[in-house]
Amino acid sequence: MIKGNFIDNLPKVYGIYTGGFLAFIIIMSIAEQMGMTAKTIGICFVAFTVAIYAIIGYLSRTAQADAYYVAGRQVPTVFNGMATAADWMSGASFVAMAGGIYFKGYGYMALLVGWTGGYVLVASLLAPYLRKFGCYTVPDFIGTRYGGNLSRFMAVVVLTVASFTYVTAQINATGTIASVALDIPFQYAVYVGLISILLCSMLGGMRGVTWTQVAQYIVLIIAYLLPVFWISNKMGAGFFPHFMLADEVSRIAELEAQFGFVKNSAENLKEVPKGLAGITKAHSAVNATPWAFISLALAMMMGTASLPHVMMRYFTTPSVKAARKSVGWSLFFIFLLYSSAPMLATLSKLSLIDPSLPTGIIGKSIAEVQSIDWYQNWNQANLMFVSDFNGNGTLELNEFFMGGKAVVLATPEIAGLPYVISGLVAAGGMAAAMSTADGLILAIANAISHDVYYKIIDPKAETAKRLVVARVLLVVIGFAGATIAALEIQGILGSVIWAFDFAMSGLFFPLVLGVWWKRANKEGAIAGMFLGLVSGAAYLVWVRTGGSGFLGITQLTFGIFGSAVSLVAMVVVSLMTQAPNAATQKMVDEVRVPAGKSILGKQH
Amino acid sequence: MSKQEQHWEKSKGLLMMTLAIWFVFSIGIFLFGAEMNEVTGPFGYPLTYWFTCQGSLGIFVILIFWFANRQEKIDEEFGFTERGDD
Repeated sequence: MIKGNFIDNLPKVYGIYTGGFLAFIIIMSIAEQMGMTAKTIGICFVAFTVAIYAIIGYLSRTAQADAYYVAGRQVPTVFNGMATAADWMSGASFVAMAGGIYFKGYGYMALLVGWTGGYVLVASLLAPYLRKFGCYTVPDFIGTRYGGNLSRFMAVVVLTVASFTYVTAQINATGTIASVALDIPFQYAVYVGLISILLCSMLGGMRGVTWTQVAQYIVLIIAYLLPVFWISNKMGAGFFPHFMLADEVSRIAELEAQFGFVKNSAENLKEVPKGLAGITKAHSAVNATPWAFISLALAMMMGTASLPHVMMRYFTTPSVKAARKSVGWSLFFIFLLYSSAPMLATLSKLSLIDPSLPTGIIGKSIAEVQSIDWYQNWNQANLMFVSDFNGNGTLELNEFFMGGKAVVLATPEIAGLPYVISGLVAAGGMAAAMSTADGLILAIANAISHDVYYKIIDPKAETAKRLVVARVLLVVIGFAGATIAALEIQGILGSVIWAFDFAMSGLFFPLVLGVWWKRANKEGAIAGMFLGLVSGAAYLVWVRTGGSGFLGITQLTFGIFGSAVSLVAMVVVSLMTQAPNAATQKMVDEVRVPAGKSILGKQH
Repeated sequence: MSKQEQHWEKSKGLLMMTLAIWFVFSIGIFLFGAEMNEVTGPFGYPLTYWFTCQGSLGIFVILIFWFANRQEKIDEEFGFTERGDD
């Protein structure tokens, strides 16, 4: 069926794959009509998609260093865009983003602006230049540009701190979904998730991860968009929700004014299960100060440009030109999901709070709400709760509580969509969490195997031995992440945002100035990475242990402080020490021009 | 000025322009979030709300493609385009 070069056939291969997946959804919905149970459908969706990823992972196996580290540098722009989008959109984006918008409104939207605006920095400041450099990993760039093992090692440290913070959250998310869909305890489900993740990346490294991420993007975007469009049409809100929900948004504002945001007493709130929240913030009104919004957006933008698992995706394109375009495609594919999340939040909120809609529960009697099937299901899953605080027998806005995940997970059921959609959503969430976890684990394992083992410890190692080390590290790091995830220390989103702050504290200025400031030298870079990371971490600890903070910098934006320290340290130390030698200056000149050989050879 | 320096000057100019547009839509407009939200924006959404849902995000997508094309033109002008195409 498929002849010739795999790369030339990509559109055909993924076209068939997408068709096959849609056919699978249709088969499942027929099976549902014929009486297949909800649980079986959930298992089928997750097992089928994970099996496909594992097959792709197996077919992409390789024994070559450049295929393992950078997918042979032959990933076409559009496909690399899809892979980056899957790499980027984590379980948190998929499951928790719409919920965040639903509960926090404008203050949370700073994340949407930040997580997209960062790509402008990636495209203009970094990606094309790092691609020209020809490195395998981000520390590879730092180590070669600034020289010396210490700078390389510091970059590995920052990368590991940031990525590891992030990856435990992703493994946690795969565990959550696997435990719900396969109905097994979370402690075991975490390892089921981990094994699925390793199946994609172990044999093929970056090549395997690239082609599974494209497959995962297709699943996750279908799983996100299909319910949004379906719900919107079913509610009669408009066939293309993105352009047609203005009336719904203003209706929510109207209802908010009518109900008012009644504050619950601390005593009443004690009854509410942990993790659930009520609607206390306006949906579309500006409810945060300019600085609160801007500082969060800025931290996420600079963090985006410093996260190594994103940056290394642009090392896989065939050319510098392709790297630039590929950033645009990445953001386009991300935009498809991000611009839909607020629409889902709007539809979800209106369908629950509008008394004139059949699904609306506000204003109904408490007993009536408690007898609804979906309320019982999600109450049992600990994601919904009602309580008659004022004792009038009727459900008020401040008496209804929901978990953030419920917006994505429960809205299809509330709107009366068939269960097959819930199975699809589970598969999408699994794809989102797996693809990000894969990218992160690979980033850490590659940095340690390439930069620490090969470049510092044993520069004479054979390719075969290097790849064995890389794979062993992959498994070790995966298990370490899963073990910590199984402890359930931090909520999904908190640790995701911290990862951005850690990355920007230590890496943003050393990376950017490495290209844009010739005078930046080794001593400056080491000081910048070290002091940036340490001061950022210290600020986080200080605020977490009751410190008041300053300039409105919170535990979510501590990277602003860390990166400011990093910038000052790097500039001051660079200027106090010797300018980089002529060879390094020439290297920077060459990086700035797309034509010519890359700085590092094809095999290094 | 050598060819390479001229190329870099032009690239820097493009960078500044790109970052200026980026700054306006990621930071600048949100200084006036509350005031702007009183205005009705595209498709009837409140303006600031629309920017956070779609506007800024979409502008970033277009901005990156615009930047990539302009940079390619600059590279071509100075003969720094890579050989072999993608």
